[in-house]
Amino acid sequence: MSNYVAKVQVQLKASVFDPQGHAVEQALHSLGHGGVRRVRMGKSMEVHLEAADEQSATAQVRQMCETVLCNPVMETFSFTLEIEKNGDEVDPVGQLAEIAQGRQNRT
Amino acid sequence: MKWAVVVFPGSNCDEDAVLAVTQVTGDSVDKVWYTQRDLSGYDAVILPGGFSYGDYLRSGAIARFSPVLAGVQEMATAGKLVLGICNGFQVLTEAGLLPGALLRNDHLQFRCEMTPLEVMSNASPFLADYKIGEVIQVPIAHGEGRYYADEQTLDQLVASNRVGVRYLRNPNGSLRNIAGVLNEAGNVFGLMPHPERAVADWMGSSDGRRVFLSMKRFVESQPVTRKGDEKVASLGDRTQTVEVGQSHGN
Repeated sequence: MSNYVAKVQVQLKASVFDPQGHAVEQALHSLGHGGVRRVRMGKSMEVHLEAADEQSATAQVRQMCETVLCNPVMETFSFTLEIEKNGDEVDPVGQLAEIAQGRQNRT
Repeated sequence: MKWAVVVFPGSNCDEDAVLAVTQVTGDSVDKVWYTQRDLSGYDAVILPGGFSYGDYLRSGAIARFSPVLAGVQEMATAGKLVLGICNGFQVLTEAGLLPGALLRNDHLQFRCEMTPLEVMSNASPFLADYKIGEVIQVPIAHGEGRYYADEQTLDQLVASNRVGVRYLRNPNGSLRNIAGVLNEAGNVFGLMPHPERAVADWMGSSDGRRVFLSMKRFVESQPVTRKGDEKVASLGDRTQTVEVGQSHGN
């Protein structure tokens, strides 16, 4: 068993209006950052977990995202996985980034 | 008729719902703690407003995994009545019992005000006592009530008369002004406005009363006897209780 850290990012789907992002975008414009075209807010979460291997950790985190961390009606998620050694020390485990598009598969 | 009002950690309109039901219908109501798994003894369950689990992650996202939701799911499947108000509506969408999702209001403000609603469909047990097109006054109190679903789902909801009520003055950016939706079978209804806060003239409106009266009328006109009832209606009794246009059995 190894310890992993999954860094999960949840974003509203592109088709969903993001009023927080819009407000921040306006603020940036008013501060003179005229080049800002769009701001989208999201949520980031760190999930620290123990798993047998990378595949298992990836599968578990994916399942967490699909069932709890992300609502596929309005959000999408992506995550990266790293090996956690002692405390905060981490090693990236290659390119394990996962992306899943939200689907409206629940009625 | 037996009513249940679910109480989650963070619910705060549970007492309002209990008082509305008892005062409008005269029935007794049980407050059911979120850890209770079995709701088989109830005809109707209300998921009240509030901030279950502090709205952490997303509103309703954690409450949907509590044990009581399994009981709610069973009631929905069995054709019993499930009413979600405000946070209860959010929980029902998170649980997949109703389509769509409720997002942060488009103007980012919390809105607490009387709101005119138009009744779009009276085919369900929740709105049977209203006329289609009727305008009713019901208060809202939410910061995350912007109804969202993809275009295909919205078209389906409208086409199948599953939009129960819509806003005449959209307070939150809800798509198609949707304030409340029904499931396909018509026995699960969720809405952001609070009918339980509009049941007496001194509240500013008593237009919400008929939601509870409609539910009561529906349940009490059902010819089916509940499992566990000691007195089983004879065939003769049953024909008397069935009104014209009603179907037997399911």
